[in-house]
Amino acid sequence: MLAYRDIADTHAMIGAAQTYKNAVVIGGGLLGLEAANGLKQRGMNVTVVHVMDWLMERQLDPTAAGLLKQSLEQRGLSFAMAKKTQALLGDAAGRVRAVRFDDGAELAAELVVMAIGIRPNVALAQSAGLQCNRGILVSDTMQTYDPRIYAVGECASHRGIAYGLVAPLFEQAKVCANHLAEHGIGIYSGSVTSTKLKVTGIDLFSAGDFMGGEGTEEITLTDPIGGVYKKLVLKDDKLVGACLYGDTADGAWYFKLLRDGREIGDIRDTLMFGEANLGDSGHSGESRAAAMADGAEVCGCNGVCKGTIVNAIKAKGLFTVDAVRKHTKASSSCGSCTGLVEQILASTLGGDYSAAPKKQPLCPCTALSHEEIREAIRKEHLLGLAKTMEFLNWSTPNGCAKCRPALNYYLTSTWPREARDDPQSRFINERAHANIQKDGTYSVVPRMWGGITNASELRRIADVVEKYKIPTVKVTGGQRIDLLGVKKEQLQDVWRDLDMPSGHAYAKALRTVKTCVGSEWCRFGTQDSTRMGIELEKALWRMYAPHKVKLAVSGCPRNCAESGIKDVGVIGVDSGWEIYVAGNGGIKTEAGQFFCKLKTHDEVLEYAGAFLQLYREEGHYLERTVHFVARVGLDYCKQRVLEDTAGRSALCARLKDALADEVDPWHEPRKAAVDLRQFEPIEAVLV
Amino acid sequence: MSAGGEWLKVCGVDDIPVAGARVVRVPGRADIALFRTLDDRVFALHDRCPHKGGPLSQGIVHGARVTCPLHAWVIELATGSALEPDVGMVACIRVRSEAGEVFLHREDLRRDALRAQLIADAACAPA
Ligand code: SF4
Ligand code: FES
Repeated sequence: MLAYRDIADTHAMIGAAQTYKNAVVIGGGLLGLEAANGLKQRGMNVTVVHVMDWLMERQLDPTAAGLLKQSLEQRGLSFAMAKKTQALLGDAAGRVRAVRFDDGAELAAELVVMAIGIRPNVALAQSAGLQCNRGILVSDTMQTYDPRIYAVGECASHRGIAYGLVAPLFEQAKVCANHLAEHGIGIYSGSVTSTKLKVTGIDLFSAGDFMGGEGTEEITLTDPIGGVYKKLVLKDDKLVGACLYGDTADGAWYFKLLRDGREIGDIRDTLMFGEANLGDSGHSGESRAAAMADGAEVCGCNGVCKGTIVNAIKAKGLFTVDAVRKHTKASSSCGSCTGLVEQILASTLGGDYSAAPKKQPLCPCTALSHEEIREAIRKEHLLGLAKTMEFLNWSTPNGCAKCRPALNYYLTSTWPREARDDPQSRFINERAHANIQKDGTYSVVPRMWGGITNASELRRIADVVEKYKIPTVKVTGGQRIDLLGVKKEQLQDVWRDLDMPSGHAYAKALRTVKTCVGSEWCRFGTQDSTRMGIELEKALWRMYAPHKVKLAVSGCPRNCAESGIKDVGVIGVDSGWEIYVAGNGGIKTEAGQFFCKLKTHDEVLEYAGAFLQLYREEGHYLERTVHFVARVGLDYCKQRVLEDTAGRSALCARLKDALADEVDPWHEPRKAAVDLRQFEPIEAVLV
Repeated sequence: MSAGGEWLKVCGVDDIPVAGARVVRVPGRADIALFRTLDDRVFALHDRCPHKGGPLSQGIVHGARVTCPLHAWVIELATGSALEPDVGMVACIRVRSEAGEVFLHREDLRRDALRAQLIADAACAPA
C-alpha cells in the first residue's frame, strides 16, 4: 500500500510494477490518473476506484470526464466508479491482497496506491485555537484568525479554497511578505488556476467556473467521434469558465480572457473557434506555442527562440512572464510576443502555471496600479514627483526608468501648468527633443502641416543638410522629412536654421496628421481632407499623451491616407466625415473601429479632441489607443464622447486648457523647460 | 586636502542636473559620462554602454544607477557593472566632489586615453 506524495513513493511504485500484476488506484483525480497511467504503461492491470460518478470532478464536467474515461479505457485501464472503499484486506504475510467496498464487493490487488488528494494538516493550528475548515482560514492579507499568525500554501484555506499548486503559493507569499515587512499594501484575492493532465495523448484543460450554473450561459461544441469537447461558460458578457477536452490549443487564450475579465461581446460569435479565428494576422499561430519547434523565434526584437525560453524556465525555475523577460529578454522590447511567452510558460509548467493577478503594479518600485496612482494624484492634488513617491510609499529613492516617465506624464497631464515637468524623468528623446539613434546621434523631423510644404521650407532644409553635413535625408511614412545623423551639439543650431516647428517625432505626443490631396485636386475627392488635416494638426500639436498619437484624413472612402490604421482616422464621405478610432499600423496591425459620423469641420475637431483627451486622462502610460479602447471598451468611449454632450465639451475644454501654455521646445526651449546644458559637453584638458 | 595634483577639476556639482548627467570631453580620449544622483553623489563612467555602446550619459538616472537609452540595460554607477541578468562592465573613472566642485582622477583619464590611442592605432594599422 502506497500513498502518492513524493519521489520515494514513485520509485516504490515503479519497483512494485516489476513484481506484481494487479494494482488498484484509489482516487480518480489528477494525481490518481497519472499514477494509474504510469502503472499501466509498466504492464500492470490497473483499476481506478473513485467515489464520485465522474473522474476529476474538480477539473472536469461530466461530459468531458466521460470522454476521458472512454479514452483511458481504450488504453486498458478499468474503473470502479461511485465506489467507497471500506477496507484493505491483507493476506497471511500482511501484504495487501484485495480492496473491499462498502457494498461488500471485493477487488483483488497486490498494490494499492492512495491518491485522494491533499488534506491540510491542521492539527497544530487547531490546537493553537485557529479557525479551520478544510484548511487554516486566512483573510485576504493571509492572516489567520489570530492576526499575529499568517498562513500560506497548501495548508491555508482562502475564501474556501485550498490551493494545491505552487503558483498561487507564490502569490500568497508575496502578499504575506509584504505585510510582514509592514509595507501593508498587498491584497490576495485568489488565483485563477488552470489544469493540464500529464498523460500524453490526452489533452484537457479547465479553468475558472467551468460547471456553470445559475446566471451563466454555456456554449458547447461536441465531436464524440473525433474526441473533442469544448465548453465555455459566460456570465455578464464575460468568460468565467472553460473546460476543453481533445483540443486545448486555445486554453491559454481562454485563460487570459478569463483572467483579464475582458468583455467578449464583440468576439462571441467566433469565441468557440479560438484565437486563430479572430483574423488577427500578426498573431495567429500564437496558440500553437506548444507545437513550435525549439529553434523557432519567439521574440523578434531580441532574437530569442523557444528553446532558450523553455531552458530558462526549467533551469532557473521561472514562473512568471516578468521573470522570463528578465532572464531571456524575450518580450522585453515591443511586447508583442508577451502572449506567446505566456503560452510557452503555461505549456512548459503545465499545472504549475497560474498567470499573474489582474492588477499589475506600475513597476517594481510600487505595488500600486496605474489607476490607483492617477487617482491619488487627482485626489490629493499631488504636483511633484518626489512628493508623489513619498506619499505613495515608493520603495526606491527616486523610482526607476519605468515609473519616472509614467509619473511625470500623469502629473503634468492631470495638473497642466501646476505640476512642474521634470526633464530628467523623461526618456532621452523627450529630453533632447530629437530621436536618439543607434550610434548616439539624433534625428530631426520638422513639422509639415498636413504634409504640405513649399519651396522656401525645402530650400531651408537643403541648406541645413549641407551646412551641417547631415548624412541621411529620408521621407517618412508620415509625410515629413527626417534628417538623420545630427550630433547633439548641433541640434539647437539645426532647429534655428530650419525655422520650422518641432514635429514631435520623438515624443509620446501628437506626431503627424497624414492627409490625401482630397477635393482640392483629386477627381474622386468629396471633402477637403488636406484642410481638415491641417486644422486637426494645428489644434492638437504639442499634445503629449500616454503614447504616440497619429491621425489621418482621407478625402473619400478610397482612403489614400490610410485612415483605417490611425489612432483617429477621418474619412470624407459625401455627406460629411466618418471617424474611426483605435487603429494601429504598428506592432500589431489593427483596423480602426467606426466611432461616429459627423457633418462639419468643427464637429470633427470637437469629437476627435474629446476622444483624445479621454485617452490622455485615462490611458495607461505607454498604452496606445488600440489597447486603451480594448481595455475600457468602445462603448464606454462612445458613452463619454458621443452621448454625454456636456462631458464632451468638458473634455475639449480641458484639452484646450492643457495645450494653451504648451510651447514649441525647439524655439522656446526655456519656456518648455528644456535643460540646455545637455547640448554642450564639458571640455576639460589633460596636461 | 587640496584637490590639485593628481585631480583634474572639470566643473561644479551644480553644472550637472540633479538625477542627470553631463558629457565630459577630454581631447584625445573617448567621452566620459558624469552623473549626479538625487542625493548629490557624483560618479563618472566611460560613456559607452557595455551592451552596444549606447551613450550612458543620455539615460535616466535613478538611485545610483543609470538605464541605457538604447536597450535599457541598467548600470550600477559605483561599479560600472550591468545589473543582473545582463552581464557587462564599463570602466569607472575615479571622481570626487569637494566644496561644490567636481574632480576626475588624472591617472584614470590618462590610462584610458592611452588605451583609446592604442585601439585607434591598431584600427588604422595597415593589415
Ligand atoms: S482618398 Fe479619395 S479623395 Fe483622397 S486622394 Fe484618394 S481617391 Fe482622392
Ligand atoms: S547599448 Fe546600452 S542597452 Fe544596448
